[in-house]
Amino acid sequence: MPVRAVELAEQFETIEKQEHAARLAMWVFLGSETLLFAGLFALYAAYRVMYPADFHQALAHNDTVLGTVNTVVLITSSFTVALAVHYVREDKSRLAALLLGLSVAFGMTFLVVKFVEYADHIHHHALPAGMYTMANAPPAGAVMGQTLYWFMTALHGLHVVAGMIMLGVAAIGCARRRYGRHRFIIVENSGLYWHLVDIVWIFLWPLFYLVK
Amino acid sequence: MDPRGVGATHPDYMRAESGVRSWLLTKDHKRIALMFYGAVITFLMLGGIFALILRTELLTPETTIIDPMTYNQMFTLHGVTMVWLFLIPSIPAVFGNFVLPLMLGAKDLAFPRINLASFYVYVASAIIILTAMVLGGADTGWTFYVPYSSTSPTAVTWMGIGIFVNGVSSIMTALNFVVTTHTLRAQGLRWHRLPLFVWAIYGTSIIILFATPVLGLSLLLVAADHGLGLGIFDPRYGGDPVLFQHLFWFYSHPAVYIMILPSFAVISEVVCTFSQRPPASYRAIAYSSLGIAFIGFFTWGHHMFVAGMSEWDAGVFGGLSMFVAIFSAIKVFTWVATLRGGSIAFSTPMLYFLWFLFLFVFGGMTGVAVATQSLDVHWHDGYFVVAHFHFIMVGGALTAFLAAAHYWFPKMFGKLYDERVGLLTSVAVFIGFVFTFLPQFLLGNAGMPRRYYSYPPHFQWLNVLSTGGAWLLGAGLILALINLVVALKWGRRAGPNPWGSRSFEWITSSPPSKHNFDVTPIIERTPYDYHLSEEDARARSRAS
Amino acid sequence: MNELLRRILFLPPQASTVAAEIDGLHYFVIIVTMLGAVAVTLVGGYFLIRYRRRFGRIVGTHRKPPSPIPFWTEVMVVVGLFGIFITWWVIGFRQYMRLRVAPEGALEIYVTGKQWMWKFAYPEGANSISTLYVPAGRPVKLILASRDVIHSFFVPDFRVKQDAVPGRLTTMWFEAKEPGRHDIYCTEYCGVSHSTMRGEVVVLSPADYERWLRGAAPEQQLAGQVAERPAIVGRYSPAEPISMVRQGEIAASQLGCLRCHSLDGSQHLGPTWAGMYGSTVPLAQGGTVFVDEAYITESIMDPMAKLHAGFQPIMPSYFGSMRPAESAAIVELIKSLRDVRPPPGGGLPGGIVITPNGTIEQVPEVKP
Repeated sequence: MPVRAVELAEQFETIEKQEHAARLAMWVFLGSETLLFAGLFALYAAYRVMYPADFHQALAHNDTVLGTVNTVVLITSSFTVALAVHYVREDKSRLAALLLGLSVAFGMTFLVVKFVEYADHIHHHALPAGMYTMANAPPAGAVMGQTLYWFMTALHGLHVVAGMIMLGVAAIGCARRRYGRHRFIIVENSGLYWHLVDIVWIFLWPLFYLVK
Repeated sequence: MDPRGVGATHPDYMRAESGVRSWLLTKDHKRIALMFYGAVITFLMLGGIFALILRTELLTPETTIIDPMTYNQMFTLHGVTMVWLFLIPSIPAVFGNFVLPLMLGAKDLAFPRINLASFYVYVASAIIILTAMVLGGADTGWTFYVPYSSTSPTAVTWMGIGIFVNGVSSIMTALNFVVTTHTLRAQGLRWHRLPLFVWAIYGTSIIILFATPVLGLSLLLVAADHGLGLGIFDPRYGGDPVLFQHLFWFYSHPAVYIMILPSFAVISEVVCTFSQRPPASYRAIAYSSLGIAFIGFFTWGHHMFVAGMSEWDAGVFGGLSMFVAIFSAIKVFTWVATLRGGSIAFSTPMLYFLWFLFLFVFGGMTGVAVATQSLDVHWHDGYFVVAHFHFIMVGGALTAFLAAAHYWFPKMFGKLYDERVGLLTSVAVFIGFVFTFLPQFLLGNAGMPRRYYSYPPHFQWLNVLSTGGAWLLGAGLILALINLVVALKWGRRAGPNPWGSRSFEWITSSPPSKHNFDVTPIIERTPYDYHLSEEDARARSRAS
Repeated sequence: MNELLRRILFLPPQASTVAAEIDGLHYFVIIVTMLGAVAVTLVGGYFLIRYRRRFGRIVGTHRKPPSPIPFWTEVMVVVGLFGIFITWWVIGFRQYMRLRVAPEGALEIYVTGKQWMWKFAYPEGANSISTLYVPAGRPVKLILASRDVIHSFFVPDFRVKQDAVPGRLTTMWFEAKEPGRHDIYCTEYCGVSHSTMRGEVVVLSPADYERWLRGAAPEQQLAGQVAERPAIVGRYSPAEPISMVRQGEIAASQLGCLRCHSLDGSQHLGPTWAGMYGSTVPLAQGGTVFVDEAYITESIMDPMAKLHAGFQPIMPSYFGSMRPAESAAIVELIKSLRDVRPPPGGGLPGGIVITPNGTIEQVPEVKP
């Protein structure tokens, strides 16, 4: 199996510095991403305080079982990603590729379950505020809960898709033995991103499924 | 060692490769900086044209040249173009991009491809914003306050998306700067040996990274509100428009520091170089940048004293806003103290520094004034605020941009501009500026609200004064630009270090070669060691 | 001193009880700011000249690095600035609290902002548009709401401002010192006609205010342009006692009479009121009638009974929609105009006019 030499960009002196830079960049980027969701969590908090009772009505649509299934799916996928990072460091790239592929499949499962939920919401007219016709509109606060639910889960869903693409790229690289003990920073960074996606859901899950 | 500077044996970065492709697909931070330079100058001129149309309309109390709808779209476009397409990328993406790696002794930024991508994302955002303008403009003002922005008949959705994309570009650049500063410092270049420029750009990048996502989110919500009818801030569904203001200002107040910190960066370098002195207190300037970056996140509420926030919130936000001014004041005093006992070259960047002192101190202190709650009630959303904002953004940031454009001109192009013309245009810019914006403080006192198309006749003569000043300012800027463009072609050749600076970007040749340094330099001094002779200084920053 | 500084800084008159006090802080802040900026620039400019490089020789180099700024100097600068800012903050915050918390027993008026006008609803059911009537020497609390987007209610002369936010009620208060008129501006950008969303506060003496409140009819749907800006009412000078004639003007304007009848003898849809009282006019159904109180009152309540020859039968009956005090005031107004003659050479442009009952009429141009 040919092992590709590590490409060292000209601006870096050593491979350690280059990897340190990549890792640092990912952490800083995750910090930035967190702030993106922080704004939405702040909105959630503000509206929940404004309309405590109405939120119960809004979130009554949500199926705790499906939400919990999705949580389990995502946590499991985070576990497989962590394992993949572990094995790629031990140069077991094939195994890592398999685990990453599995994680992408878990991501796909998550999305399918989410779409089932969305279909159900659309069927029950549990839509964001502006999409109601005035006739069947529930009380104001409940609509806000729905709007936040849709926007936050949809934004999270986009991050899931982005994470799946990253994991997919990492998986293909591992399968071709482009990544191994000599070079695993991309696998590690994709893993880090996936953990962020997972952690965001860990916050969304209680807010939209458990605290009803 | 070659006296022409390190690496002078190689062709410079502009001649290293030729052809359009070698520019458009370059990964060289210096070429990317030049492409950004061209773009931001274009948008400065565009935004300036919008401003002149606005000022001309305000010559008379009623209709002068355009109708109210055009006027409203024009001030929105002026704001959006100037804030997001000029001010935010101006100093970081042009001079930061060019000079920061040189100052660190690095061959490039940590992620050259992300750097290039950042430029194209910026161009894409500009195209979206200009398309939105053609598709019907936006008449919401650059603040996009809901619920007006969600119901406006104009292309608000596209405008929101354009600014979101622009935020992605800023984040990419900022990420690059932060990582580069951490990982690509030359050997021996400890944090306390970094040029002050680097500290301020680092602070700016931190703000961009943690504030821009919140703005991106709120503008996405506005775009979804306007385009899809999401209704998250819509009072008809129980939404609260004031929450949008909180989210918006959580970004947009720090954004003011995103725009002004880089000018502190420039001024610090200019002052030290032209007075041949180390800064009176290095740590005061360096740490106050970080202080501003940090405290700047907790002052946003002072934009909402009359929006119906609680009195105690107003008290806290007002107090914190004053803290920021103290950090800025420390910087100002340190700069002035640096001049004392120096050997000062009276040059164009230095003259811009003098204007900066007056405009920034007055603009900054009026910032403390508008953070004083009871006074803000009278001034809020009036011309006083417009004047204060422009004193900081034009008097501060644009003046510093011009100082940087002159200061690093030999570094970037290897030529010298005409100093006398430079000084004259600088005077024209200053006089034009004062005539434009000083009357606006008085208009604000007199009670003229901002974003007014027509106004009562007793405000007229101050408006006429302001409009006249605006034309002079525009002429001054054009002349300054012409002076530099002429120098590009006919200027005298500059040596590697025409100003006798000790800062690290001048170690290498001017203009630098494609890879900046043949070998990463070893730095054994600070960038402000003016007690060393130039030879000693060079010996202590070996690059070969 | 106060007056001089106020004029130098272009501040509007201090018409409310808080204005002078706020301006005091204003002077303090602006003078310190101006002195600070000028001082820093002068010192910087002085250094620039004093330490300028002579003959291109660099004299600052090859010397010991300058001694750092003494620590205590730095501390003093920071503490000094902090002291100034804290002083501003303490004064400003106290004033702000005073501005925000309305005194007990303030007169409450409801204000609604909509694109692009202000509406005022007073206790006891009176209404007005664009013009806010308040008594002098009494705290007035405004309760603001918005029907569409965010507006902001600003009276420069009072140094008060408050946003009107849809979905919320916000409040502000002021106490006008003496009778007079003051501009109202909308200061939160609210759409294409933002800059025309202006109005006027008319401060009346308490007695005049009571009389105005009694005289003001519940708001009518006024035709045409009157709804936007009740021009006559706005120009009314409150310094004069509010006579029956003045009340008549107010009523005539608010009820839409002035859409068709002029006060200065110019031609319009209806006969001018100038010089009408005491004259004898021809009737459409033949004959003549002497214009007195009886005929005017009859024409208000039943316009078609005795129609003035040469005019269209378009006037609606005000029977039941006008209070006796109002019709009396209008009669007084018409009586007061008995000696007014049409101005020499006075003419009127023709055009489309909307009558009080909603029909649209073409008015011919009147050449002098």
